[in-house]
Amino acid sequence: MMIATPQSMHFEAALALQSGAHLRRYDLSFETYGTLNPAKSNAVLICHALNASHHVAGVYDGHSKSEGWWDNMIGPGKPLDTNKFFVIGTNNLGSCFGSTGPMHRNPDSAKIYGADFPVVTVEDWVNAQARLLDALGIQTLAAVMGGSLGGMQALSWTLQYPGRVRHALVIASAPNLTAENIAFNEVARRAIVTDPDFHDGHFYQHGTVPKRGLRIARMIGHITYLSDDVMNEKFGRQLRNAVLAQADNTAAHLNGGAYKYSTQAVEFQIESYLRHQGDKFAEYFDANTYLLITRALDYFDPARAYGGNLSLALGRASAKFLLVSFTTDWRFSPKRSREIVKALLDNQRDVSYAEIDAPHGHDAFLLDDPRYMGVVRSYFESIEVPA
Amino acid sequence: MSDAQIQQTLAELVPPGSRVLDLGCGDGAMLDYLRQTRQCTGYGIEIDDANVLACVKRGVNVIQLNLDEGLSMFEDASFDVVLQIDTLQHLRNAEVMLLETVRVGRLGIVAFPNFAHWPNRLSVLKGRMPVTRRLPYQWYDTPNIRVGTHADLGILARANGLTVQDSFGVQDGEVVRTLPNLLAGTSVYQLSR
Repeated sequence: MMIATPQSMHFEAALALQSGAHLRRYDLSFETYGTLNPAKSNAVLICHALNASHHVAGVYDGHSKSEGWWDNMIGPGKPLDTNKFFVIGTNNLGSCFGSTGPMHRNPDSAKIYGADFPVVTVEDWVNAQARLLDALGIQTLAAVMGGSLGGMQALSWTLQYPGRVRHALVIASAPNLTAENIAFNEVARRAIVTDPDFHDGHFYQHGTVPKRGLRIARMIGHITYLSDDVMNEKFGRQLRNAVLAQADNTAAHLNGGAYKYSTQAVEFQIESYLRHQGDKFAEYFDANTYLLITRALDYFDPARAYGGNLSLALGRASAKFLLVSFTTDWRFSPKRSREIVKALLDNQRDVSYAEIDAPHGHDAFLLDDPRYMGVVRSYFESIEVPA
Repeated sequence: MSDAQIQQTLAELVPPGSRVLDLGCGDGAMLDYLRQTRQCTGYGIEIDDANVLACVKRGVNVIQLNLDEGLSMFEDASFDVVLQIDTLQHLRNAEVMLLETVRVGRLGIVAFPNFAHWPNRLSVLKGRMPVTRRLPYQWYDTPNIRVGTHADLGILARANGLTVQDSFGVQDGEVVRTLPNLLAGTSVYQLSR
């Protein structure tokens, strides 16, 4: 197992944000895997999605179960092979895994930011990531890669720093969010904001955590990350009672379990699963971070400055692209990836696009489909790393 | 006719430096060949996962797409050449795709098995559907859902107002210009709007 070591970089120079606000000084958490070659031509940046972090691959020393969130993709001999590439995972500003975020102290007021943490955008994150690369002495990325919101960052890299990125891998992503997608984010945000423990985002000083809101936000998120088929296959209409009875080897499971005739008890397995996911999430995720990151998703729209014309917007990109989507992903559907492909075709850019017929919905981008892994592996194998 | 022979004969029809769209590009061999020998650029379209992977392995641009869904992703005249090599006979919407080929490309090059090649005629005369090197499938498992002849394609092209720049047959790697509908296993058309 590859051992990962979290690092942090402090930045004294203020970062101007898209909103007009500034972050006066800040820290970025990151991890690296593999070795930067002398020509510094083998660096690959990984951008994370909603609830992930800089801990992309490997495990922490002495914690064998602490695999990074994309450990199946990245490591020695894996599709993104750290024997060839120097891989950098970063944690975005506003997140809750070490980089400066709403739970930290505002240097201007000496108070915890809370809800006063400035709104950050995909473009702001990319600017901060570029500064991290500057500090690491890396001028040009062999590739930038991300899934979902991470794919938006990868795409934005090719527009903000076209001269600094040779390849972009944009997985299960979109050129912007649809109304339905923004709607899901808004339901999640309302769940958090209306939790009495939220205290207008300043819950830290009240010693509370808006766990009810976070749980519901996570539950709705989880529903949208899965496909109807996978949820049915995994849970169907199975009753919690029947599962428990089976485990205890009592006779009750033989008839599929009995209804409790309760409106509030956990009755179906899917309820149990969602509650479990919600509980787990509320233990470690920050409520203000959830608001910030979903807002960054909502705002991302590179075509906006071009009257909605994505082809015009992507005219700046000069990188070579690999796009991957998954047929059952209805949150970031193949149709949205094809819009990006079309805009790249209109600009005569090098692009390949794989549409993987996987059953797992949006979550597929984190799973081990051999067709998906094979395409990504082959793409990385074809990337040259000049000495 | 082997893949390599088809590849070479058809590649010679593609002007050097062309921007090429290869519909049903298979493992990307043709695009790779055009890139290396004729400095062409472009993309392949493929539906099959293994072929998409093979293209990515070769470093050939490939877009995974079902051609029966059309070419709405591509603008008018956005390619110098659109290739349809042994693809048309698999398509449900063969007529639409023929039109799409010359909408997207300034030149369309279509190659497909000629059902009127004499061994096929002989087979049908004997009362059996042909099974040959060029048409190796039994009638009940053939992927060729559009079985046409060299003459048929010319009629379809003209009925749709397309200009036939050139047409000929290919047999055993040789161009056949005498009675191609009888003497060639493969039919080739160069079409434009």
